[in-house]
Amino acid sequence: MDSHAAGSSSGGSGDGAAQPRRNSRKPKYSKFTQQELPACKPILTPKWVISVFVLVGVIFVPIGIVSLRASQQVVEIVDRYDDACVPAGVTDKLAYIRNDSIPKACTRNLTITKDMKQPIFVYYQLDNFYQNHRRYVKSRNDVQLRDKSKASETDNCDPEAKTVDGKPIVPCGLIAWSLFNDTYNLIRNNETLSVDKKDISWKSDRDHKFGSHVFPMNFQKGPLQGGKILDSKIPLSKQEDLIVWMRTAALPTFRKLYGRIYVDLKENDAITVQLENNYNTYSFSGKKKLVLSTATWIGGKNDFLGLAYLTVGGICFFLAFAFTLLYLIKPRKMGDNSYLSWNRATLGR
Amino acid sequence: MARSGRRRRDRMRWSNLYTFSCFRAQHGHAGDAGPSSDGAGAVGGPGFSRVVYCNNAALQKPLKYVTNYITTTKYNIITFFPKAIFEQFRRVANLYFLLTAILSLTPEGLEDWRRFIQDMKVNNRKVSVHKGDGEFDYRHWEDLCVGDVVRVEKDQFFPADLLLLSSSYEDGICYVETMNLDGETNLKVKRSLEATLPLEEDESFKDFQAVIRCEDPNPSLYTFTGNFEYERQVYALDPSQILLRDSKLRNTAFIYGVVIFTGHDSKVMQNSTESPSKRSRIEKKMDLIIYILFTVLVLISIISSVGFAVRIKFDLPNWWYLQPQKSNKLDDPSRPALSGIFHLITALILYGYLIPISLYVSIELVKVLQAHFINQDIHMFDEETGNTAQARTSNLNEELGQVHTILSDKTGTLTCNQMDFLKCSIAGVSYGVGSSEVELAAAKQMASGADDHDIPLQDIWEENNEDEIELVEGVTFSVGNNRKPSIKGFSFQDDRLMQGNWTKEPNSSTILLFFRILALCHTAIPEINEATGSIAYEAESPDEGAFLVAAKEFGFEFFKRTQSSVFVREKHTSSEGTIEREFKILNLLEFNSKRKRMTVILQDEDGQILLFCKGADSIIFDRLAKNGRMYEVDTTRHLNEYGEAGLRTLALSYRVLDESEYSSWNAEFLKAKISIGPDRELQLERVSELIERELILVGATAVEDKLQKGVPQCIDRLRKQALLSSLTTEQVAKESLLSQIANGSQMVKLEKDPDAAFALVIDGKALAFVLEDDMKHMFLNLAIECASVICCRVSPKQKALVTRLVKEGIGQTTLAVGDGANDVGMIQEADIGVGISGVEGMQAVMASDFSISQFRFLERLLVVHGHWCYKRIAQMICYFFYKNICFGLTIFYFEAFAGFSGQSVYDDWFMLLFNVVLTSLPVISLGVFEQDVSSEICLQFPALYQQGPKNLFFDWYRILGWMGNGLYSSLAIFFLNLCIFYDQAIRDGGQTADMAAVGTAMFTCIIWAVNMQIALTMSHFTWIQHLFVWGSITTWYLFILAYGMTLRSRDNYQILLEVLGPAPIYWAATLLVTAACNIPYLIHISYQRSCKPLDHHVIQEIKYLKKDVEDQTMWKRERSKARQKTKIGFTARVDAKIKQIKGKLHKKGPSLTIHTVS
Repeated sequence: MDSHAAGSSSGGSGDGAAQPRRNSRKPKYSKFTQQELPACKPILTPKWVISVFVLVGVIFVPIGIVSLRASQQVVEIVDRYDDACVPAGVTDKLAYIRNDSIPKACTRNLTITKDMKQPIFVYYQLDNFYQNHRRYVKSRNDVQLRDKSKASETDNCDPEAKTVDGKPIVPCGLIAWSLFNDTYNLIRNNETLSVDKKDISWKSDRDHKFGSHVFPMNFQKGPLQGGKILDSKIPLSKQEDLIVWMRTAALPTFRKLYGRIYVDLKENDAITVQLENNYNTYSFSGKKKLVLSTATWIGGKNDFLGLAYLTVGGICFFLAFAFTLLYLIKPRKMGDNSYLSWNRATLGR
Repeated sequence: MARSGRRRRDRMRWSNLYTFSCFRAQHGHAGDAGPSSDGAGAVGGPGFSRVVYCNNAALQKPLKYVTNYITTTKYNIITFFPKAIFEQFRRVANLYFLLTAILSLTPEGLEDWRRFIQDMKVNNRKVSVHKGDGEFDYRHWEDLCVGDVVRVEKDQFFPADLLLLSSSYEDGICYVETMNLDGETNLKVKRSLEATLPLEEDESFKDFQAVIRCEDPNPSLYTFTGNFEYERQVYALDPSQILLRDSKLRNTAFIYGVVIFTGHDSKVMQNSTESPSKRSRIEKKMDLIIYILFTVLVLISIISSVGFAVRIKFDLPNWWYLQPQKSNKLDDPSRPALSGIFHLITALILYGYLIPISLYVSIELVKVLQAHFINQDIHMFDEETGNTAQARTSNLNEELGQVHTILSDKTGTLTCNQMDFLKCSIAGVSYGVGSSEVELAAAKQMASGADDHDIPLQDIWEENNEDEIELVEGVTFSVGNNRKPSIKGFSFQDDRLMQGNWTKEPNSSTILLFFRILALCHTAIPEINEATGSIAYEAESPDEGAFLVAAKEFGFEFFKRTQSSVFVREKHTSSEGTIEREFKILNLLEFNSKRKRMTVILQDEDGQILLFCKGADSIIFDRLAKNGRMYEVDTTRHLNEYGEAGLRTLALSYRVLDESEYSSWNAEFLKAKISIGPDRELQLERVSELIERELILVGATAVEDKLQKGVPQCIDRLRKQALLSSLTTEQVAKESLLSQIANGSQMVKLEKDPDAAFALVIDGKALAFVLEDDMKHMFLNLAIECASVICCRVSPKQKALVTRLVKEGIGQTTLAVGDGANDVGMIQEADIGVGISGVEGMQAVMASDFSISQFRFLERLLVVHGHWCYKRIAQMICYFFYKNICFGLTIFYFEAFAGFSGQSVYDDWFMLLFNVVLTSLPVISLGVFEQDVSSEICLQFPALYQQGPKNLFFDWYRILGWMGNGLYSSLAIFFLNLCIFYDQAIRDGGQTADMAAVGTAMFTCIIWAVNMQIALTMSHFTWIQHLFVWGSITTWYLFILAYGMTLRSRDNYQILLEVLGPAPIYWAATLLVTAACNIPYLIHISYQRSCKPLDHHVIQEIKYLKKDVEDQTMWKRERSKARQKTKIGFTARVDAKIKQIKGKLHKKGPSLTIHTVS
């Protein structure tokens, strides 16, 4: 506080105005600090609104049509066999499936409804099976799967980490342990259709995640028998069923690739499926289905995508129409100053 | 002892059975067993250094081997916190929270550090203290004790509340400036007791002994009661002997005083209020929303846990593939309730994404950047002081956009505290051609706008730079450069009076008298600057200073005052030499607010006794003699004109006394003066009345209380008015005050004219009553009805109380502006405190949330930065909630499909990066760079500011709308993806989608949807926004690409290149979901803009279509309409002036008499 702050109006001494000083503290001008960067300021003019909606419609409807058509080209045959493959008279299905001494062979007859061009994909579909359960998803160890020397790493694999006598299980964990073990043998006109089980998994999985020198060890040796027993002479990278199975599904209903048939099937072809119904879905009343399907660029039969595109596209066309009407019926001139709040307030009065 | 000895012997016998393990070394004696002992070579070498002195604690102890105490705990009492914290911070997430905390704490700490430094400075100031034996020595303020005798020199602050003992003046008076206490700049006179007058030098305190008995510490600045026991006499003390801490000694060489109250007991400290921590309204509401979200979080967690428990109990036993028989306690079918409770924690963590924790960090960061913009704003840089605006607390930026009421300090904040002598009326003739600010504004407005009344004032200010404006023939107002006063306090221009020309005027004798009154009727003290020889005046009020400067300019230089005389150098004409004249002061009847006049009785060199009196016009006119009313009519007219021009007026008068009349009166006056008792004041007043009559009017003065630069425009645009007058109600009884308020309310209600404006003026004493609980609401109601409220002579505490009353009563955001220490309470109490950094010290700035160097910058601070920050923060928070709801709920939906097991469909890394990397930068750029309209438009359309106080952008409608949008988007994202990737193959190679593929596809949709959403929300795209928005989307793809290269990604290994990238359905799904998520919002904003446009929409369009350039009249008209019509204050005065001038112009006639520049 200097004495001038005192404010008593000391006059006339003529000490002059304070010199501009310390101008070094003056902020440097830049467009950034002054918030004056050039900017584009798009405004939703009626023209824009209508064109955006029309554009979305114009893009979406064709996509919808194309994908719907693609979906409809797909031929899909689904056969549920879990109930049908339990012999008549068996009341306790659970006891039946658990009894290893009963042979589980079962024959199903399918009729091809429409010509199917090769490759035809064979899937098994399970229902009400929670592959996405936290306890299940966690129960694996990736290190062990790709590296032979890390076989003893069974972290996270509980309760299927080690055998009773403490030996590490390879592949450990619940996922591998519960591997699907139904088998399908497709016969057309007494001629077996060879199901190619090669390359049903992702290449990167085979090459990097499942080691070519890692062999199953102590697998399914425990008191509890899970699913398929792996051939301990084949390295994991060749056990493609396992690799596919280990890719846990997102939903309790899922389909997994079983194999491919490189034969065209004609309409009304009768296919006999000799299957071994080993896998227990009876305890949780899950369905088991065998699926034969072709595929197009959008994958399997998926009408939803096309319909959704058509719906959104349609809505957009409708909106474009609705907004056009709105602008015609209740036009507001762009930048009409009478819409400013202060002008409206006086109008209201 | 005996027993243990026996046991040892037993064992020894047992050891005979063993050959090696209890082998006893035979060599060596107890005495020479040491590190150097021979024998087994390694012993004593490295690794074999242990020595045990058996049974010899004295030798053993210095070796400092560990005790036998063991511990297996990870931490001990001392290391627990550091170690545990270190352990915690090894997790990245916790480090992130730590950074948040540090980021929020730093400004707080810095601010307090600055306070600490300031305190240190004050505490270490030195003051001269009596050490005993009449010797004084310097001591730090902090070491001052009650009872110390101190000597304070001129222009020093009083270190504590003191009792004045004596001063350098013989009569024991001293002048005190109380600026820091009540903001008043006029000097106050304090007077010591007669009894202590002899204590006027250091020596006299050798044997000084006295006792003071007085009141306890309290915050009241204007009261003091106590007794002073000295030399076996008891004297009553009153406030006029008390010197308060933080006031300053002026015009007095030194004083002696005794410390009564120290430190926090002193009145000024009692007046200080705790510096509160302030939070903005938006942040408080945000907390509420967070609570709501937290409730939702708990709710869905409970749903999950119950679902989990039910599933565990009924379904898990059937899920053989989970080996339920080997389950741990987290999922035990036999104890579902327990598992459910454990699961609650899992669920709370999993759904934690619903609570946007990163919001706090982001907001903190955004606010720091916003504050940086405020600090860097070149338009708020004051060239004179070299100060920029400073956002001292960044957490109130958005509150600046919601200010409803402004409470401002007047002196130093609105006004420069500088009076300018502008006009005078002498003997019925008005002199002075300079124009007041009001007149100037009116002139400019008339000149530029012609008949268009709607042209806003600000345009005139900014667009007209001509020096002179010719209104009509012969009516010219000088503008601009001409007006710049060359002399501080003196803007008078009229050649008729200057350079001695007045002697040629017809009434030169009256003019002479007028100048003498100016030069003689005051209480000021001249201060001669040694260096330049120029004279500065220390006046009680700035008006007096202006008068003295004026008198000097007219040739009547007051240069010396003694106890009994005033000396004036007179120079009547420029050719004449100067004559020094001495006027004997016989009596001085001071100014006070009740008398509203001041009188000196003096004897000139010829022995003539004269009485000079100046005062409020009404007071003077009441006391005029019959023959003294010669100029009354003209003077009254002039006074009215001056008043309309916004000037402060005083009437001047004189009276010639004859010797006998004077001496008889003087006898009575002396009698009254020496009378002791409560009615002394009354007596003096009564006696004064006797002589102050039969006055002869000389003329009137008009000074301008100069407003700070840009203040009127600023106030206009902020639509808050300030009147620059102050009145005082006298010590009124509470009841009468009550009835006055009731009457006032009645009056306001009865007023039919919608344009009528009321101003409420209340002073500190009345305010003390009004602020009591039972009356304050009545007062507040009245105050709200009034267009402006002026509180004068208010203590800092009262300022704070008024602020609190307004803040709590109106329930809207209040802003307080002030520059002095007396404004600290107010600044701290208001929702936002703004300090004017400039001349008056740093206390106000230290207490403030924002500091600016000129009042006029307040406009830009509020209307531009406040408006922007409010919208930015509001939109940012809304968007944050949207984004986190949108993301968090998909995790919840998935649970329903995963048996409520707590499994997330997304990779952990996705979830971690969602808030931190993938969506943070766009929203920060929204918070930092968004501009609905440019700063010029903000300033041109103050109505846009109303969106803040009305809270259009953070009301529940909008918040819930955004939340609803988030809910919709989450549903769309989740279920559309679910249906698309349900069970079918996603590739022509027949592969189906696994959880990683579904999760990644879904996450891609989220990234697109939320980033498109923010692109739709923004209205201002600089390259930064483009970079951040589109960059975030690109980052996501780059991230999964890079993440897919590492084996840590597990099932996401090569997901983009091998699994999803080649699948058209993935891209199709992204497009579909993004469109589906954003179409409803697009519909909403399109509809809103076309049917219910907000002000900024329309203005954006006008700007977009360049309509403002094409149709400038419309643009100007709208700009003026965007401000409310003001009823009082500067603009209103200008309007009135224009009306008046127009009226005159209509009459045409030659009677047009507006001063012309010669």
